[in-house]
Formats: sequence, structure tokens, C-alpha cells
Amino acid sequence: MSHFFTYAILTATVATALGLAAPFLLAALGETVGQRSGVINLGVDGIMLLSAFATYYTALQTGNLFFAILVGIGTGMVMGVVTAFISVTLKAEQGISGIGVYLFGLGFSDLLFIKLVGTPLPIATLNPINIPLLDRIPAVGGMFFKQTILVYLAFLLVPIVTFLLNRTTFGMKIRAAGENPAAADSVGVDVARIRWSAVLIGCTLAGLAGAALLLFDGIFQENLTQSEGFIAVALVYFGAWRPVGVMGGSVLYGAAIAVVLEWKSLGIIPLSASDLAATAPAVITILALLTVARRFRQPAALGKPYERGG
Amino acid sequence: MQMNPVRRGALVLAALGIALGTAAYASGASATTRSSSTPRAMSTLKVALVAPSATNDLAFTQSMYSALESLKSTENLQIAVSANEFVVSNAADIIEEYAHEGYNLIIAHGSQYGSTIESLAPKFPKVSFAWGTAGATFGMKNVFAYEASSNEGGYVQGYMAALLSKSKVLGICGPIATGDAKLYVDGFVAGAKAAATANKFTVTAHTVYTGSFSDDSLMASCAKTFVGDGADVLTGSSQSVVGAIGVAKSDKKLWFGTQWNQSSLAPHNVVASQVYNWAPILKQMFTEIRGGTLGDATYVIGLGNGGEKINFNPGYNLSASVKTEAQKLIAEITDGDITVPQ
Repeated sequence: MSHFFTYAILTATVATALGLAAPFLLAALGETVGQRSGVINLGVDGIMLLSAFATYYTALQTGNLFFAILVGIGTGMVMGVVTAFISVTLKAEQGISGIGVYLFGLGFSDLLFIKLVGTPLPIATLNPINIPLLDRIPAVGGMFFKQTILVYLAFLLVPIVTFLLNRTTFGMKIRAAGENPAAADSVGVDVARIRWSAVLIGCTLAGLAGAALLLFDGIFQENLTQSEGFIAVALVYFGAWRPVGVMGGSVLYGAAIAVVLEWKSLGIIPLSASDLAATAPAVITILALLTVARRFRQPAALGKPYERGG
Repeated sequence: MQMNPVRRGALVLAALGIALGTAAYASGASATTRSSSTPRAMSTLKVALVAPSATNDLAFTQSMYSALESLKSTENLQIAVSANEFVVSNAADIIEEYAHEGYNLIIAHGSQYGSTIESLAPKFPKVSFAWGTAGATFGMKNVFAYEASSNEGGYVQGYMAALLSKSKVLGICGPIATGDAKLYVDGFVAGAKAAATANKFTVTAHTVYTGSFSDDSLMASCAKTFVGDGADVLTGSSQSVVGAIGVAKSDKKLWFGTQWNQSSLAPHNVVASQVYNWAPILKQMFTEIRGGTLGDATYVIGLGNGGEKINFNPGYNLSASVKTEAQKLIAEITDGDITVPQ
């Protein structure tokens, strides 16, 4: 165990944890915005898969990673239009429509991969960017300030989304649409338009999350996410619909994976406990969810389509 | 109370979306393909393959699929393939369906299918089942088992890895500690230690089992963990290694592959791959089945019987001395002069 608490090992573990947390954080931040407006989107995982494939295929064809990321984001936006149309305009049952989007994303990304790519080939991944001066801070510099641009972006979005939700008129309208859409409507808030916007933001970030996951792995395979998009939805509850809380949950989940892998590597977790240890990240998240989330309440109109006069 | 037409339309759309997605997934991911060869004097043998990953996964499933395809004409086979059946309960339904359809041999290619075979085989005594990689036939007359002595190739590759590593830290990404995956990992570690002993240096072989055959994100994370621990040579087993190979490529580390030739994934990083060739034992099974014996035998592929081969990647400039050592080890294992520990 003492071997784990060496600078090199701790640095590598924390750095890996942050890298693992980034896709969850991006998807969960997007889902937070959507849920604060009253729309729950269970199709996050499917959107991540579609955008991951789009990013992968673009990178494979062009070799341009930044263009590939833009395509991934664009894919998220397109799916955002679909999701918003179904959930907001058509006022479908959001749980069912979300599952439909998930299944569509799962199946279509697999189909496209088989037909357009076939045998998987690795692509280039993003190089870490060392933040000058900060990366030389003793003890923590190597942990936090030698990450890829998407990891930095994920964590930078936390204060941005916090500001958006709590300090802007737009954010106030989002929260109003999620708490009491009838009251918001009565004072002139276009609830449908606000929810459309929130869902678009959410799905765009889910698209970015898919791109981030793909570029972390460097290769696409069928069902790349292994349904971890649903973890992102759970993290919204864990974070009590607050970006900072969501960030905490994402880092906790990423850290649990990273620590388990490192402990297995160092032999701290014996082979006989290896499979049990693999469940640790999910168990820890569920326990934290049960402990933390009970103290906060969800947006009052979450999951309820709004119809004027209804 | 009549439903709002808009809501009705939304429900219909949602249902269509679910149906479309399910159909796309079913048609794309779990493609069942059937192919026939030209009938010859030998009776046509209907063979079904159920596997947990894609037929082009450059690993586990591809090795068996390629072996079957190579024998299609010479053995007069009618082949059906159900790939990507990583959900065991789904695979069980498919295996049972093949049995009902009268397939002569159903190959359940994955150690996770063991309990399925154990429960289904007694219900279809005239159908032959083959299960691998595993050694147990459950004492049933219609079950063949097959496995790979992957520890042999693992030993050779582990030996090479220890010699090639500059940091003398190796990283081994295992999926689940069972079947040929565990054998390979154990053999690799043993080979590395043998090289260290023979050449008087110390080597550290970190081993992690991720707990999944299919999660290549986790495999990639595992590889990154090893790189962070100082490993400059990596290896791993299962269809999820593509994630780890991507890390080896991007971080410029060396990779040793198993189950299939993985050079194409990282042409300058893959040193060698232990390639499985299931064809020799499949031919034996077909002969047995045609002769009326449907099971109760275990087949093993290894370096000695042509079932395993170390494929050196020409794209990697392997030093002559290391290659000579490897070839010497292969000969010694083949001749029985070395028994690789399991």
C-alpha cells in the first residue's frame, strides 16, 4: 500500500481520474441544464455513441482531430433537435422517448461502424497540454495541469454553466421552466422555447462528451460507452442539479475507476477480489447518491411536459 | 377521455424510434450470416458459431471465424454466425434455436457460455456442442471442449518483452481471469521472469484484470495506468485490447498481441502476436462427428501442433538476438524441452 502513496503513482492516478471524469462531466453538465428546465433525457448514452462514431469516422478520414470534434458536437446538436422535438414539441413521455433515442444511437452507431469501418483502426489522440508555470506547482502541478484540452474544457464549463444557470436571465428562465412552467408562462416566458434551448445545450454537451470519450480511447468499438451515459444521468441526481455537485460526482466516479485500476496493478487488490473490485465505482456512486441526493429535491416539473392550460 | 392527437403522435414516434433502434442494432450488431459451399462427396455439415464479439475484432472471435471460413470448401460446411452475443442470456436463446434447427455442431466460442452449454446439451443429445476456451466437457457425450495453450506463446512473448523493455516494467491487461486469457497472462509473466533470471536483471510485471471482455475504454484506462507506472512494454488479451493498443501507439510503447495478428492496429509498435489457428482441431471434430462421435473430448492448440504461431511484425525492427532467443524458445517448447507453467 505504501507504494501507492509515492508521488509518481499518485500523480498518474489523479491525472487518469481527471481524464476519465471528463466525458461524464460533460454529459452530466448538459443533462443538468436540460433537467433544470424540466426535461429528462435518458438518451444521453445513445447520443454519446453517435457522436463518438462521427468523431472517429471523421478523424479516420481526415486526420484532423479538431474538425472531428466539431463533427461530434454537431452530431450532438442534431440529436438535440430530434430529442427536443419529441420531448418538448410532441410532449412525449420523456422516459420512453429517451430510451428510444438511446436504442437508436446504440443500433445506428453499431450499424455505421460495421458498414463504414469494419475492422477497428486506432486514430491519433489529443496530446496533453502543459499549462506553463501551473504544471510546475509542487505536488499538484503534474496531476492537474498536464491534461488534454477537452479535460480542461470540461472543468472550465463548471463555472460557466453555474454562471449561466444562476446569474443570467436565460438561466433564470430555465429554472423557472423546470420549477413552475405555468407561472413562468404567465409572466411571458416561452416555456417551449426555453426547454428547446436547454435540451439543445444538453445534447450538444453530450456530443462533446462522446468525442472526449472517443479521443481518450483512441479507437471506436461497438457499444463504446458500455452504457456509461446512464451514469452521467445519475450524476445529475448525485450533484443535486448543481454543476459543482455534478463535478464532484464525476471526479468521484473517475477516481474510483483510476484507484481500482492502480491498486490492481500494484497488487493491493488481489486477483481473487479483482471482479468484485470492478464493481466499486458503481457501488460508490450509488452509495453517494443515496446519501447526498436525498437532501435535495429535484426540479418540481421534471419529466412533465408543459401544455398551456393543461 | 380521448388522448390528445399530438401526444398520440408522439407516442407513436417514440415507439417507432424504439423499434427502429432495436432493428438497427439487431441487423447491424448481431448479424447472422449463413454461407454454403458447393456440395461434394462428403456430407454437408451444418456448423453454427456463437461468439461474444465481432468477426473482425482482430482477436478472439476473428480467430475462430477465420478458421471456419478456411475449412468451408474442404470440409463441405454450411456455416452460420451469430456475432456480438456478449449478453449470455441472448446467446443461450440463439444456441437453442440453432439446436432446434438441426445444426450438427454449435460452437459456443466464449468461456462465459459454459453454463448455457451444460444446461442445453442434455436436451439435444443428437447435436454436438463445442465450447471454448475451456477444458470441461461436463462428462457429456455431445460436448467437445477446446482451449489454447496460450501460456506457451505468452511465455515466448514475455521473455522477449523483458529483454526489450528499457524500464524493465511490463504492463499486462487481462479481461477476466479465466480460460485462455488467464493462461496467456500467466505464461507471459513466467516468460518475463525467466528472461530476468537468465540475464540477471529484475523485471516488474504489473497485471490487471479489468473484469470485462468487451470494455475497451477500461482496457485503455488500464494501459494508461501501466504507462503511468513506468511500463514501456504492454500486452493484453480479449477483444477489448484495441483500446490498450491505441494507448501503446499514442504513447509510443511496445505491444505484444495474442489470439490474432494485431500488427495493423499499431504497425510500428506491435512487436509480435501469438496467432491462433483453430483449423486443425476443428477438422478433428468434424471427422469425429461424421464418424458418429459427438463429443466427450478436449482439444488443445499449441505451438507444437500448429494451432498457435508467433507472428513477428515486419514493421517493427526487432533485434536479431531477441528474435533468435524467441525462435529457440519456440523450438524448445515444441520439442517438450520446456514445460511452460500454467
